[in-house]
Amino acid sequence: MQKILSCSQICVKYESTFALSNCSFELDAGNFLGVFGPNGSGKSTLLKSIAGIIKPSQGSVNFYGIKKNEIGYMAQQTAVHRDFPASVYEIVISGTLCRHKYFYFYNKNDKKLADKNLELLGIEQLKHKSFQELSAGQKQRALLARMLCAEAKMLLLDEPTNGLDIETANQLYSILKYINSQGITVIIVSHDISGVAKFCDRTLHLGEYNAGIA
Amino acid sequence: MPELLEELFSYSFVNRAIIVGIFVSLCASFLGLPLVLRRYSMIGDGLSHVGFGTLAIAIPLGVSPLKVSIPLVMLAAFLLLRIRESSKMRGDAAIAIISCSSLAIGVIVMSVFSGMNTDIYNYMFGSILAIKQEEVYLCVAISVVIFALFVFFYNKLFFVIFDESYARASGTSIEFYNMLLALLTAVIIVIGMRIMGAMLISSLIIFPALTSMRLLKTFKSVIICSCILSVVCFMLGIVVSFACNFPTGPSIVMANLCAFLIFSLISLTSSS
Repeated sequence: MQKILSCSQICVKYESTFALSNCSFELDAGNFLGVFGPNGSGKSTLLKSIAGIIKPSQGSVNFYGIKKNEIGYMAQQTAVHRDFPASVYEIVISGTLCRHKYFYFYNKNDKKLADKNLELLGIEQLKHKSFQELSAGQKQRALLARMLCAEAKMLLLDEPTNGLDIETANQLYSILKYINSQGITVIIVSHDISGVAKFCDRTLHLGEYNAGIA
Repeated sequence: MPELLEELFSYSFVNRAIIVGIFVSLCASFLGLPLVLRRYSMIGDGLSHVGFGTLAIAIPLGVSPLKVSIPLVMLAAFLLLRIRESSKMRGDAAIAIISCSSLAIGVIVMSVFSGMNTDIYNYMFGSILAIKQEEVYLCVAISVVIFALFVFFYNKLFFVIFDESYARASGTSIEFYNMLLALLTAVIIVIGMRIMGAMLISSLIIFPALTSMRLLKTFKSVIICSCILSVVCFMLGIVVSFACNFPTGPSIVMANLCAFLIFSLISLTSSS
């Protein structure tokens, strides 16, 4: 297997406390990594460092054979989207812009890709619905479809099953497993060890002070 | 009513104000939704005070107000964003300081050079008498440029505003789009300020978007509805201000407020 990501000695400092210290691991293309740990152990911080949203104060994140625009990141559900007027289709097709360099109009291919991914995730009937009216599970599917439109090769998901019931969560895991089986690397941060663990081929446990990969 | 409209359109200054007003309203309504969704509504307000300050300085110097104000307000917008991103001072605090200071400077300069007079009143609350033919060309040209930029970046703006962290993770420069929005807002504020007044121009930006968001739930529909609303409310405001001899800016704001209340009411009744 080909190496796709290596993190070495990552430390992230907020003010004067370490949110994450000395986290090192490597990942191969096509891995499904579950990141676990108690609250405050730095799971989300690690994911944001990988995504490049925050800059580690020490250590480095290196990608191999993957471009920045091939990384998809899904933040924890926030209140930001509550009053945002947007249809599911507008959101899903916007993912294709990751592949547009200077020209930001959608072409035929983009539209096809959006339709295909809406269908893949079983939300084609919600196409013209407003995002704010969707259930939590449907929202996650729409956001996943957007990443697939970006043709992301690595998905970084922060607690994607928060607020979902067990059945919906399991559906989401199966979708992720399917996406993973297409060769896409998945990193998922979760509290739900029992739910996620059976889908992962690798797990990372973050503790208070150290991190190790199994 | 027809006689009133006929009389209204027979004045060339009214025609100039209407042309500028329609273009400015359209551009302002495009920018409104991104600004509201990014929680940047107050930036417009802050910049309009800066605009007032720069106008006050331009008049005694005898230079064309637009040519001085546009670059200076753009500079203020640039600085505001920089402060927001880099320092520990909260963005809203920076806006408060800059806007109060420029307002104070503006009023002092004006009272020293021309005394507290109707000029100040007009710049604060707007007047349709103020626009010269040359400014009409400039406003129309600027509006066309803003419209073109907006259309070109429309999809990308949506992408960035909807999910900033995703955009950042996939390598998009958020700072570029923030700056673009702030600079375009600065320009719109300056060219709209003559009609609407420094105190009220930001309403032209945020009202149509907020009103449309009461009822419509997709990005495109909100943008289109804001455009229509902004022009309709502008025209209503002008007619009312002409008929009742009200100041122009406040009349347009009242038209916008009425639209907002009507949309809110419909949204309330349809949800219950």
